[in-house]
Amino acid sequence: MWCPFLSTDRARRISGPGRDERPFVLVEKAKGALRIGAVDAKAAGLGLRLGMMLTQARALVPGVMTEEADLAADAHLLHILAEACEIFTPLVALRGQDGVILDISGCAHLFGGERALGQAARRRMQMIGVQTQAAIAGTPEAAWAFARFRHGTLARPEAEEALARSLPISALDQETGTTLALQRAGFKTLDDLARRPSHSLSARFGKTLVEALRRVLGQEDIRITPLRPLPAVMAERQFAEPLGLKETVLATLERLAGDVMATLEARGEGGRTFEASFFRTDNTVRRILIETAQATRETASLMRLVRLKIEALTDPLDPGFGFDALRLAVLHVEPLGEAQPHLDDERRVAEGARDLTDLVNRLVARFGRENVQRFVSCDTHDPALAGGTAAWLSSAPTPWPAPVPEEPPARPFTLFAHPQPIDVLAEVPDSPPLRFRWRRVLHEVTLAEGPERIAPEWWREASPAPDTRDYYRVEDANGHRFWIFREGFYEDTTARPRWFMHGLFA
Amino acid sequence: MPEDGPRPICLSVLAEGGLHEFFAAREADGAALGALMLMLSAGRKKGARLWVRQEAQVREAGMPCPAGLVELGANPAEVLLFRARDVATALQAGLESARCAALGAVIIELRGEARAYDLVASRRLALAARASGVPVMMARLGAPPMPSAAQTRWKAEALPSRALVAKAPGPPSFELTLLRARNGQEGLRYCVEWDRDARQFLPRSIPDAGWSARRATSLSGVVVPVPVHRSGTPDLWSRAG
Repeated sequence: MWCPFLSTDRARRISGPGRDERPFVLVEKAKGALRIGAVDAKAAGLGLRLGMMLTQARALVPGVMTEEADLAADAHLLHILAEACEIFTPLVALRGQDGVILDISGCAHLFGGERALGQAARRRMQMIGVQTQAAIAGTPEAAWAFARFRHGTLARPEAEEALARSLPISALDQETGTTLALQRAGFKTLDDLARRPSHSLSARFGKTLVEALRRVLGQEDIRITPLRPLPAVMAERQFAEPLGLKETVLATLERLAGDVMATLEARGEGGRTFEASFFRTDNTVRRILIETAQATRETASLMRLVRLKIEALTDPLDPGFGFDALRLAVLHVEPLGEAQPHLDDERRVAEGARDLTDLVNRLVARFGRENVQRFVSCDTHDPALAGGTAAWLSSAPTPWPAPVPEEPPARPFTLFAHPQPIDVLAEVPDSPPLRFRWRRVLHEVTLAEGPERIAPEWWREASPAPDTRDYYRVEDANGHRFWIFREGFYEDTTARPRWFMHGLFA
Repeated sequence: MPEDGPRPICLSVLAEGGLHEFFAAREADGAALGALMLMLSAGRKKGARLWVRQEAQVREAGMPCPAGLVELGANPAEVLLFRARDVATALQAGLESARCAALGAVIIELRGEARAYDLVASRRLALAARASGVPVMMARLGAPPMPSAAQTRWKAEALPSRALVAKAPGPPSFELTLLRARNGQEGLRYCVEWDRDARQFLPRSIPDAGWSARRATSLSGVVVPVPVHRSGTPDLWSRAG
């Protein structure tokens, strides 16, 4: 599907109807002048071309309307178009800056044949406010060429190559220089080109030309790379009448979940990531992502998570004028064996583990995946880096060393992300402080242990190489225990050592 | 632990499955409350601990350090950390977790006055905890003791540790005062020291006679304000709930 006037259509969408009478161009600054970046149908009919200078265009068509081009907004609109097309097939790809390619193998019959599907897709684009040219062919490249030069083609497999041979040279979508050179050499159609031996063409114009030719003629088939990764398992339902009631929508989703889970069970797999897509009649798509801590194929627990997630949405699921399709996709699967009956003890352990993953799933669905964390260890001696937290779903458990018996805790219970500066009075250099002031409160040190010297990890390139730190474990008169350090040495005459609070002990 | 050593303290009032509140006596005592509750839950119900920590507490007292948890005898692999952005989220997540019988304990830290934690919220937590058998331990920082549906209410305070050789700080020590208990043991005081290797509390004497006086006059630490002007406040603490 080709959108020849995507940019101007976008600008029209914003400004609304009523301005349609005059020819319309979008301008951008290039090579020191304002040049035309996009034209609409009327302007194109009046002879305005891309790359033309605006002054020249104004001379040709005095009443031309202009607006500034916005490539990012164009790309965004194309994305919206592609998403709206996902109602027909999950295999949707962008083509260049103004095209959408749908792989409709095996789904045309669901929409009443290929022609009906094409019309439905174009209608959808029309509703969004974008004019399109479309064609259906055996390979994506051929369809793309037909859409641009033989709009409305529905190529029969046996007649396709003959039809493709009649296309002009520019249908190959090559660089302007190459196209021009070919035209000057007397080639008019692809047929002329195809009759030549391919090695002489590739010697003169490079391999890409021959490849493009073979693809357009349907001699070589490439698969499109879809916009979104293809789900492992998918189920969807389209409605003749839009669905608005939340309960009906959820009931339908539950039926889809049942279908998906049955497929997963037949394959001996379970899903880790599920995605529910809600296609609204006004061509917007809402998606809900459900991640689970363990592979699952239980419909009931999945639906519980979906409900939790929908309730927790900050931007509620608004049906508008209704949804006309629902889709449930499993994006990530893992092998999951048959549920086995366990012995008594084993079962209790297994049930406990399952309850725990259920809890994690619920918390993630309600509050977000970054809120549920676990502790992970890193192989480093720097206490600030040695251990941290990571989202539960994206990390695995790590082993922890046992503490040295009969020793008091050597590492604090909490660490500050950024050590906080403190004012310190020390008796003699290299001794623990007598008293220190932290957060405007004076602490009298009664007990102290140290120093424990921790040098920076100079062998790591990324580390900013701070000074060597001398850590002290101190306790104040109230029984609170702190982990403080001195950065730098007293012998160093250039800079005074500075003291910091790094953590708190229990 | 040697055979003839002191007998470990069994805090039997912290019965399984119930809501227990711990109030930090002073602002500075709040940092260790999470650790105290991890210690108190050790050796009781098996299962992972779910720890709900408010973002405000992370800013105030830092991020829990797994190496530090190991040093206290806890297994970081068995701790789920839930970071709540506010009190309401913390309570919702706590309630959700309190219903999960597979957990060993639910630890919640609330900072400040926390109006959302009212009688209804605490009653819900207490009921969920009793139904699932999972103890819920609620730390309150920077808030005066308030009536709630908790089974027990404690005041927790850091104690100077037993000095080791060369005046090194010893194992963590706490003073726990029972402010309220259903079975009427109010006013019980425990001075305890954490024995990390045996994962139990040992009794501990107050270091010296001048300690209480010194603490009273000490500059450091913020004393939790007690609303003296409210009529009947002391009665409220001991009776209501």
